[in-house]
Amino acid sequence: MSPSLHTGFFEDEHDLLSAAKECRERGIPVVDVVSPFPIHGLDDVLGIRPSRLAWVTFLMGAAGLAFGFGLQYWTAAFDWPLNVGGKPLDSLPAFIPVAFELTILFAGVSTVVALLLRSKLWPSKQVPSGLESTTDDQHALILAQADAAFEDSDFTELFERHGAINSQRETEATR
Amino acid sequence: MVDATLEVPLITGDLVPADVTRDVCSPLEGKPTGLWYAGFCLALVALAIGGTAVLYQVSTGIGTWGLNRTVGWGFDITNFVFWVGIGHAGTLISAVLLLFRQKWRTSINRSAEAMTIFAVICAGIYPFIHMGRPWLAHWVFPYPNARGPLWVNFRSALLWDVFAIGTYFTISLLFWYVGLIPDLATVRDRAKGVRKKIFNLLSFGWRGTARTWSRYETACVLLAALATPLVVSVHSVVSSDFATAVIPGWHATVFPPYFVIGAVFSGFAMVLTLMLVARKTMRFENYITMRHIHAICKVVTFTGSIVGLAYMTEFFIAWYSGSQYELFIFKNRMGGPFAWAYWTMFSCNVIAPQLFWFRKVRNNLLLIFLLSLVVNVGMWFERFVIIVTSLHRDFLPSSWSGYTPTLIEVGSLVFGFGLFFTLFLLFCRFVPMIAMFEVKPLLGKRKRELQQTNREVA
Repeated sequence: MSPSLHTGFFEDEHDLLSAAKECRERGIPVVDVVSPFPIHGLDDVLGIRPSRLAWVTFLMGAAGLAFGFGLQYWTAAFDWPLNVGGKPLDSLPAFIPVAFELTILFAGVSTVVALLLRSKLWPSKQVPSGLESTTDDQHALILAQADAAFEDSDFTELFERHGAINSQRETEATR
Repeated sequence: MVDATLEVPLITGDLVPADVTRDVCSPLEGKPTGLWYAGFCLALVALAIGGTAVLYQVSTGIGTWGLNRTVGWGFDITNFVFWVGIGHAGTLISAVLLLFRQKWRTSINRSAEAMTIFAVICAGIYPFIHMGRPWLAHWVFPYPNARGPLWVNFRSALLWDVFAIGTYFTISLLFWYVGLIPDLATVRDRAKGVRKKIFNLLSFGWRGTARTWSRYETACVLLAALATPLVVSVHSVVSSDFATAVIPGWHATVFPPYFVIGAVFSGFAMVLTLMLVARKTMRFENYITMRHIHAICKVVTFTGSIVGLAYMTEFFIAWYSGSQYELFIFKNRMGGPFAWAYWTMFSCNVIAPQLFWFRKVRNNLLLIFLLSLVVNVGMWFERFVIIVTSLHRDFLPSSWSGYTPTLIEVGSLVFGFGLFFTLFLLFCRFVPMIAMFEVKPLLGKRKRELQQTNREVA
């Protein structure tokens, strides 16, 4: 049997934040937080490390830049050298705009693709029911029962003390 | 109750997050108003009339336009530059103001970005139909073809346009859609039946877990950081279409910054036009407040003043350069056959926005609306003046000519506006017009500020 999950619903994100802090101090595992907007300061409490998406952006941007210059240089100076108004075949300054645009294009598209892949988001992906209010105005703090001594009523008490408006218990993982 | 700050709140009406969801989703869930139907019909009529003209031109040929050997660019490129320019304000609001942490952007960024996308679509139409044989449009892309392979000329500013506009459209669309995902999830969770299925498809299974939000915010900042230099590059490249040519009146190094600021100017004027209509018809007065409108008015005055400075710099340099051709062109602009266009441009762009210095003007919504239209007329004429007056007097006096647009050309102008407003009105009806997840955190802050103040007073 999977450990039971306890979800507390909060209207103010700061109440949730203080509840999450207490959980961290007392060693109660926080399974997840689901909220209608990003809660600032939560990453530190939950120990979420900064995203490494910027690396994808940087590397793919560099790839775009290399591809941009490579494509222009190869087509204009090697594959079919064409004399345009007596300009040199490797007209580097004239190649900057297109190389720049391709840098941005590669970096931007791959950032979005990486975000979707890493967050496992895709069209028509099904979402578990029961948390509909978290896309409206409620923030859900989902805790797992790791210690048998910490009973259901203790969870309810913890949520209420921090100003939760509602709480529920589940055995099935909502994730 | 004492207000903690002298600052006017960004969102008025003491709303709670649930109110935001309800207010923003209600246009999607209810029946549209009569005003919406009236606007939509008008836009469709414009689209149909313009579409007929465009179809006739494409099937018959470029000869249906009033262009001649001397004036090879007219309404087509004017419309192209005009619409690309309109788009720039959307990116500026969503990307640049995000990087500068300007919170007032949150009420208007969604619709300004939509405006960008639709404006870039409209802009793309004109070079496309100007090709004369648009069915060969794929020739502008460098792909291994059976003609050699004959590659495109990467040294041409016109080709840079293909890459600049293409990238701009793609990145703007992605940025806009990524920004929409959490709000589409909100709509999904309120919907039933087929609507739920559709929004489930569109919202990518978004839940809003802490880890996803963290990653999501990083991605948004990265996209903003990419879009900011991109938007500057786009109109710089567009201006290179002119600046890299040796035509007097075009061959100027001031063109890239002059075009970019002009684009921001016209775009903000269009944002003002659309927002004033949206807040009235969609009842978004609590979201798009006088504070937002004042801020946009100030941006319009600021950018309008820079545009005025650019006009005068151009004229000064024409005299200072000692080039008789340059000076001739500028004298001709002010007193030649197109002087009426020049003075329309000057009064609409340089003089009219200065009225926003007066608080009384900034508080008069009808006047703001009219002035925003005036600026857009002026900015359309700016492109017309730059293109047509520079071309119609060639180096050889025997090549001098005039230019009169045909009805078909006017039809292509109507087509752009028809398409733009059709798309925008559909957007108002089917997409959450205000970024709910960005507005909601602002409310809490307001609420806490008030509670804090009340406690202190007590």
